[in-house]
Amino acid sequence: MQKIFSRLGDGWAIELTEAELMTDIVDGSTKAAGDAGIAPLSDDETNHLFDICKNVRKITGVARGCEVITTFDGPTIEIRHAGIIANRQQALQIFERCLGADTIEFSHVDYSYKPAKTVVHEDLPLFEQSQFLMVIPLFYGAMPNLGLYTYPDGPMPNPAELLPLGKIKEACEAYEGAVELAVKDMVFVASAFHEAGADGINFDTVGASGDPDFKAALLATEILKKKYPDICIEIGMAGEFVLGTHGELNHFGRRLAGLFPHQQLKIAEQAGATIFGPAVNTVTNKTIPWNLSRAITMTKACVEMADIPVHANMGMGVGGLPLCETLPVDMVSVASKAMVEITRLDGL
Amino acid sequence: MGTGDPAGVTIPHTVTSGMGGLRTAGDLVARMQMTRGMKIAEAKKYVADKLGISTTELIDEVVMKEVREEHKIGFITSKGGHPKGIEAKHHIARLLDIDISSVNRFKQRCR
Repeated sequence: MQKIFSRLGDGWAIELTEAELMTDIVDGSTKAAGDAGIAPLSDDETNHLFDICKNVRKITGVARGCEVITTFDGPTIEIRHAGIIANRQQALQIFERCLGADTIEFSHVDYSYKPAKTVVHEDLPLFEQSQFLMVIPLFYGAMPNLGLYTYPDGPMPNPAELLPLGKIKEACEAYEGAVELAVKDMVFVASAFHEAGADGINFDTVGASGDPDFKAALLATEILKKKYPDICIEIGMAGEFVLGTHGELNHFGRRLAGLFPHQQLKIAEQAGATIFGPAVNTVTNKTIPWNLSRAITMTKACVEMADIPVHANMGMGVGGLPLCETLPVDMVSVASKAMVEITRLDGL
Repeated sequence: MGTGDPAGVTIPHTVTSGMGGLRTAGDLVARMQMTRGMKIAEAKKYVADKLGISTTELIDEVVMKEVREEHKIGFITSKGGHPKGIEAKHHIARLLDIDISSVNRFKQRCR
């Protein structure tokens, strides 16, 4: 029987039979549906995903007319990570002129609002110069990164130290204090770049520190939307499930801990987000077809409920992509085509 | 998208499913999502109607090079005497009937 080339979630190549491939796709979708309380993929969608995953080439592509918009998180930093000796303006131009980016993002190398705040006065002139150079829309982006507000990196007590001691009330108060500080920083930095002419603000990897992280992004979005009704805010998530590191934080009467992408979306929408970026993390010991099926099922539920554009996170280790440093083009291409054609989302 | 490895993520996504940015009409469609909250189909139709072309022509590099040059909205190759950067965005704002913040600020400072 012919074997089908595929990969595991950690990127290593494997071979599957047709039966194994179909089983993985059905299991991935069933898992997503069960976890998130949503519908699994239909038979047609399952068969379409099977066909895409069965026919792995060096690269594939969506049907003409199905193309979507690309938004980025930390692209100028990635040029640095690649060892290219280029400043941020050159990096932005590389993405616009060489890589076919539809939008791009200016950011500080530390990529968190707290450290970004301290260098706003240095970054603004560079950002304004960049806007003279660039034609494609230019976001400013960073992460809420609540971890930076607790000891030893910040002023608040560290909940990770308090919780093992049974000091639950103190840990929750520390998180609440961190939220307050993070919101101030996010609003300060986002206001500065919006007023300097940013086309959009990106709150990226939201929820990385759990429900307080998501709460901070929602509060900052509400404040900014009230302050600048025309502001474009993209909220990109860290994972498919909001961890309850605090556990009792609510927004619009809804508990934030435990929310899945389609539920995260509705709260982000209500807070005033312009674009929502669901993230579904890759399970490294499962196959890419299993991971992709799971990610597509959750993202599709999100797209179906969305009143705003949805741009799925599809970088390393999210959106069905392998979790490895040098990403295999074959699986990125398969995942990109499958995500776009099946979910009918608005961007990546 | 999370970029990570630019050659492993950005290029495959752009080639597989991206609109192509300045090579085509990706930046224009993106602006409609960002300024009016339009979903992808509505944004493509809006831009195509403004340009007087079909939605499938929006991702045709050859067509869009001509269209972008004609509308003075910038194109991928650098060519003397043609609008670039903020100048191209000035024409984009007028063409799409949207506000582009950096263009508005530039105009205010030139008064």
